[in-house]
Amino acid sequence: MLIIRVYGPGCSRCEKAFDTMDEALTQAGVEGRIEKVSDVQEMVRAAVIATPVIEIDGRVVCRGRTPGVSEAVTWIMNAAAQEE
Amino acid sequence: MNVEEKTAEVSRTAVARTSVLKRTGMPALLVVAWYLVYRSLQPAADWLTYSVLGLTKTSHAGSTLNFFVFEVPKVLMLLVIVVFGVGMIRSFFTPERTRAILAGRRESAGNVLAALLGIVTPFCSCSAVPLFMGFVQAGIPLGVTLSFLIAAPMINEVALVLLFGMFGWKVAAIYVATGLFIAIVAGWIIGRLKLERFVEEWVYEFQANAAGFSAEEMTWADRVEEGKTAVREIVGKVWPYVVAGIAVGAGIHGYVPQGFMASIMGKSAWWAVPAAVVMGVPMYSNAAGIVPVISALLGKGAALGTALAFMMSVIGLSLPETIILRKVLKVQLIAVFVGVVAFGILIVGYLFNIIF
Repeated sequence: MLIIRVYGPGCSRCEKAFDTMDEALTQAGVEGRIEKVSDVQEMVRAAVIATPVIEIDGRVVCRGRTPGVSEAVTWIMNAAAQEE
Repeated sequence: MNVEEKTAEVSRTAVARTSVLKRTGMPALLVVAWYLVYRSLQPAADWLTYSVLGLTKTSHAGSTLNFFVFEVPKVLMLLVIVVFGVGMIRSFFTPERTRAILAGRRESAGNVLAALLGIVTPFCSCSAVPLFMGFVQAGIPLGVTLSFLIAAPMINEVALVLLFGMFGWKVAAIYVATGLFIAIVAGWIIGRLKLERFVEEWVYEFQANAAGFSAEEMTWADRVEEGKTAVREIVGKVWPYVVAGIAVGAGIHGYVPQGFMASIMGKSAWWAVPAAVVMGVPMYSNAAGIVPVISALLGKGAALGTALAFMMSVIGLSLPETIILRKVLKVQLIAVFVGVVAFGILIVGYLFNIIF
């Protein structure tokens, strides 16, 4: 199961990133869980300086921008392939 | 090579050709089309208001409507092209790269560089705290970090477009130059005051994961995508404010008598600049809504310095951002931050009222 983390304090762009990952997960048909991380200390620990940051299984896939759904599906598929 | 292979070959070359055409021809064509439409906006607005609707140039309704019909498409067209360009430029300057450039810089030169990078680095005030932490932990001095945090919201591409569109390049250049000046000087002063003790303790105690991050390689197609995303996100968000702002501006343009603002916001009223700053700081609006209103006020005799001071304090010092920064800065430091920046804006306001 993939663990996707979306770092962001809750601004509109971060919400959008979360929704995009949610949609992408459904489209990819991969089992996974999405977590919202809005705690500043958590963010700093993960060296986040521009939000949103998206992490799949501990690997950062995107920093400081909101991805498109198709792009996100590719990341999820790649991560799922690696997990197997 | 049989016939089928040949056809496949031909269609492949055709595809290759169209993609080259798409990459170079299409953008060039779009720019030319953009320019032609842009040039014909004023004649079109004149034709609509004076010929089709039969209003006279001197009437209130005529000049109001003409102003609105001309300014709305003009400003929106300028916005699209500039936001697209800025979006592409910003794809070169990630916050991570900016931090790497600033790390190890000394004050003074660091303040100048930080303010300049504040313009081109993508920044959303909601990530002010993680960014602040990231900068401090990279050893960037407090004053330099604040120069960045002042310049990033204050010099804003939407405001730049509006000022350029409504007042010309001189006022736009003045806006950028004074914004940079305030960011550099205010950051430098805060650095000199040695206020590190007013940063929340946990900021310095906190050990972050210093793992480096190699930026993903971007192709030109990616950068074009970034530009398009910027247009969707920014223009998509601000256009209602632009239209509303221009509508108010148009009303003032047509109905408020000439020189009406001179007594309130004119040069002779010494208290106008501080009043504008005091009113502007707690107000929080985006540049898109405020500039068209200001442009109309200027047309009625408000002084340029007063109007600029008002705009800068509205967009440069925002309540939400200071509340967010409270997580990492103590109240005293926030007060100094707001005070120094407001004072800088005040000086700029007076300076322009004296010069112009």
